Amino acid sequence: MKMDFARNEVLVALVIVAFCALAAASDARFLSIATLTDLLRSGIVLSIFAVGAMLVLISGGIDVSFTAVAAFTMYVTAMLLNAVMPWMPWWGAIAIGMAIGASLGAVNAILIAGFGLPTLIVTLGTLSVFRGFMLTFVGQKQITTLPPGMRDFGRMMMLRGTNADGSFYSLHVAFLFTVAAVVVTWAILYRTMLGRMIFAIGGSVESARRIGIDVRATQAFVYVYVGALAGLAGVIHASMARVANPFDLVGLELSVIAAVVLGGARLAGGYGTLTGTLLGVALIVLVRNSLIVIGIPNTWQSVTIGVLILLGTGLPAWQAKRAAARAA
Amino acid sequence: MTDFITLSGVTKTYAGITALDDVGFSIAAGEAVCLAGENGSGKSTLIKILAGVEQPDLADIRFNGARQDALTPRASAEAGVMVIFQDFSLFPNLTVAENIAFSAELGAHRRLYNRSRSRAIASAALQRVGVALDLDTRVETLSVAHKQLIAICRALASDARLIIMDEPTTALTDREVRGLLGIIRRLKADGVAVLFVSHKLAEVLEVCEKVVVLRNGAKVAEGPATDFDAVSLTRHMTGRDVAETPPDPLAPGAPVLLQVRGLGKPGAFNDISFDLHAGEVLGISGLLGSGRTALAKALFGLVAPETGSIILAGKAIPLGNPLAAVHAGIGYMPEDRLTEGLFLMQSIARNVGIGRVDAHGGAGLLNLSALWGEAATWLDRLRVKSPSIEAPVRALSGGNQQRVVLARWLAQQPRVLVLNGPSVGVDVGSKAEIHGIIRDLSQQGLGVVVISDDLPELLATCHRLLVMKDGRVTEDILPQSTDETDLAHRLAS
Amino acid sequence: MRWLNSSTEAQLAVIAVIVFAVMAALSPDRFLSVQNITSMAFQFPEFAILALAMTVTMLTGGIDLSVVGIANCTAVVAALILTTFAGPDATGADAALWLTVAVGVSLALGVLAGLFNGILVAALGLPAILATLGSGLIFTGFAVALTSGSAVMGLPAAIAFLGNGTIVGVPVPLILFAVLALVLSLILTRTGFGLRVQMFGSNPLAARFAAIDITGLLVRVYVMSGVLAAIAGLVVMSRANSAKADYGSSYLLLAVLIAVLGGVNPYGGYGKVIGVVLAVLAMQFLSSGLNMLSVSNFARELIWGVLLIFVMILNTRQPRRPKQKPETPA
Repeated sequence: MKMDFARNEVLVALVIVAFCALAAASDARFLSIATLTDLLRSGIVLSIFAVGAMLVLISGGIDVSFTAVAAFTMYVTAMLLNAVMPWMPWWGAIAIGMAIGASLGAVNAILIAGFGLPTLIVTLGTLSVFRGFMLTFVGQKQITTLPPGMRDFGRMMMLRGTNADGSFYSLHVAFLFTVAAVVVTWAILYRTMLGRMIFAIGGSVESARRIGIDVRATQAFVYVYVGALAGLAGVIHASMARVANPFDLVGLELSVIAAVVLGGARLAGGYGTLTGTLLGVALIVLVRNSLIVIGIPNTWQSVTIGVLILLGTGLPAWQAKRAAARAA
Repeated sequence: MTDFITLSGVTKTYAGITALDDVGFSIAAGEAVCLAGENGSGKSTLIKILAGVEQPDLADIRFNGARQDALTPRASAEAGVMVIFQDFSLFPNLTVAENIAFSAELGAHRRLYNRSRSRAIASAALQRVGVALDLDTRVETLSVAHKQLIAICRALASDARLIIMDEPTTALTDREVRGLLGIIRRLKADGVAVLFVSHKLAEVLEVCEKVVVLRNGAKVAEGPATDFDAVSLTRHMTGRDVAETPPDPLAPGAPVLLQVRGLGKPGAFNDISFDLHAGEVLGISGLLGSGRTALAKALFGLVAPETGSIILAGKAIPLGNPLAAVHAGIGYMPEDRLTEGLFLMQSIARNVGIGRVDAHGGAGLLNLSALWGEAATWLDRLRVKSPSIEAPVRALSGGNQQRVVLARWLAQQPRVLVLNGPSVGVDVGSKAEIHGIIRDLSQQGLGVVVISDDLPELLATCHRLLVMKDGRVTEDILPQSTDETDLAHRLAS
Repeated sequence: MRWLNSSTEAQLAVIAVIVFAVMAALSPDRFLSVQNITSMAFQFPEFAILALAMTVTMLTGGIDLSVVGIANCTAVVAALILTTFAGPDATGADAALWLTVAVGVSLALGVLAGLFNGILVAALGLPAILATLGSGLIFTGFAVALTSGSAVMGLPAAIAFLGNGTIVGVPVPLILFAVLALVLSLILTRTGFGLRVQMFGSNPLAARFAAIDITGLLVRVYVMSGVLAAIAGLVVMSRANSAKADYGSSYLLLAVLIAVLGGVNPYGGYGKVIGVVLAVLAMQFLSSGLNMLSVSNFARELIWGVLLIFVMILNTRQPRRPKQKPETPA
């Protein structure tokens, strides 16, 4: 059954390779460091979101509020720092962002782990609450002057260079944060009992309860952690964009979920790998940025992502149905 | 022999229904005790209480003499009480090693997960039961018997002192049951006590020292295993004193109603052929795993056979299609009425009338008064007692609920009715009434197939009995020529 | 009058009355004016019809997250037909012809979209959330691709009748909604199909054992949802005199809120149209009242989100509803 498990990952990898081959065929400049760094840059925020969303799916739930958490966090962080803590260095801004994100995640945690409410509808609700609250009580105007900490962070590159033809390429330090998020999540999932419990709850909540796993505490952790990740993503996004626009980020949820289910995570819970998720993100990033290179106009982006969601979940579902019919 | 666990005065009520009434017994270290009782007798509730999953209203539970109040799953596990539920409570998405080591790691309050350590724990447990399995296979791909093994290993890895097994032989073949008994013997030798909870105990009596029987929440019998046999156990579980008389022999010349020819599905059953005459009650039995449930479902189209045919009144029925089966006149009463038969939140009327929707309007507007009126008539005929047909069906007793499902099918005037466990978890009085209903149906010319484990029930209702083993029909018996003990032997041999 | 005894629906009636009273008290002159009442009657059918669509799928334990996408996509196609073949100056028989064609095409597309969803959910066994999330993106995406993101304008004036006209003084959209609600209620309570839908939602496994045609049932349910969404799209198009890929994006949350508020059990098996109607009215009173208090759109969304969560928490207190989804899948 190992082959089956890896199937999504293999398929996605193949599609990525095919995509790149097609793109390179129509535009030789596609296969260049500049493209790579561009794609990596686009993937930074998306990957952090995807890692969080994957964790939620593994635990058996679904969260659509994380983009609202990110937007709220970045806007409030920028505002807060500008108003009372302009001296805060970049790592302080990030820490504050993660703290704010975690508190919003805690709201989800209380509703889902505490009250036991269905995850989709609840996070649909909190999405509106966070966004509505921010736009009503915090503000609606873009913050074009970021606090120094975030501004500095926005300029930090980990590598930069010039191509043969004189164009620049660079990779932002934030990429390291993405890597860190992936590594920490990996460690939690595969090196701690907490991670085992997250998989267990996703596999069978009832069995988890029966052997004495504290289901609520584990679920609470998941949503708080995802909130912190969303906060991190928000602050990074604003810093890299050099502006805190409260209308940003919302709408990305669907691309993130597409990436995660493409990578093999299942809605029912218990399944999901980091490799798969990152491959899914890579494909989504390609679709969002380079569709035009393989000749599909950008207006068809949404359709493409929607089709990918359906293929990513449809193929395994079709397989499962046929296996069940044979066994029954 | 010091008692590891003593229970006394255990009482539990759920919303007005007494699940357990002053139950008590003890289990010594290394002792194997059989807890017998039908579905609804309270044994599941008792297990949940011992496991700390449910809280009793009243109870004096002692582990090694120390009184336990407010047991939690963790506390119970730490004391060494491990329950293996019927569904094994495993994690299908995790591997063999991960599943086996899980409780042990939890119990040791570990924060970090070390793959090699869990593999070591898992291999040690597998060795103790004497079985070799690939540690990295995901549990969802394993057979039922292997899953059970993993559940046992998990309990062992957590230093179980008492392993409670809920309906352990339910889905095992004969050979697998033998294997399980061997493992139990090893456990006992190791000082681990075992509590078997089941309504099918003929096979396991040989490993138990003591038997406790529950009926309707109360303890009705207790004693050394040697005092009991399959027949007396059933008597205690069902409370039936009077043996019901077998039906009159079938009138000769009754037309053949249903012909099953060479029906087969790899992995379930093979080359099944029989005739069912109008007015005949055919019993099919066999140890669980013999393929009889799959066969029953196949007759109704819930399972799609790969070879063979089913012919009703001369016309072949499309296989694997419940709608076609119903159309042709076959009805099916499922084993588990709570999850498969009834729509618990819906009214009694709806539960009965759902099968007759097309007859009272179909595509257009329903004639509701006719639909509910017809339902009420059938409920009367089957003597279902309830204050109103609008009440939700979950409020009814087991016997009445079973009759509601029966009413649904009878209202559709089937020609063949397949009953899977018709009186499971039903009180004695209702059992006899349901058997009377089966008799009436056969007298009206229906063909009835009864799948059952309840030997007295089979002997009381059937004109003919088929015994299944390993997917094949091995015997074709007339009830007059056998009795309970003999039948039990024939099933087990 | 059995519904009066049902506590949920009676409670909802009380809630609707309370909201009306509170809003009236807060802005007495404006809220209670004829102009406002009429205005409300024109506004709510848009999202109310979407709420009806949401109700149908929720009854089966599923959900249709693509209703807004279907509404916009079908409206865009209808609008494109109208602007291409009729144009803003078209009148009389010409306009009527093309209006009929546009409406017909829109409804047909709604059916197709519903079929697509139904096949994904019933035949492929995709979870409804993911299936309609993906299909919704595809439908919205088509609308974007067809319009490059901008609005389709220049519709014949006659289109205004659907969303802005009156018949004997009663607003047309209100009549339309009333008819749809009545028909849906009849279907759910008085037809075999409706009964089967509710039984299936209560226990999908038992439905299989009772030989209910599950695939046919689900496909029909999603087709109904698709058609209702298409109708809603036409109403929006009429009132906005244009069609765009992202109209009514907040209506998805509102539809879910109304269904849940209206007593529909998101796990399936219970829900009454009268409950949804009362919830619609309560939400419209709230919306209009808030508007008069100059509460911004964003604050409205905030309030909706809070309400949804509040209602869900309240529902867990009711003994009738199961708290957790049972683990046995269909």
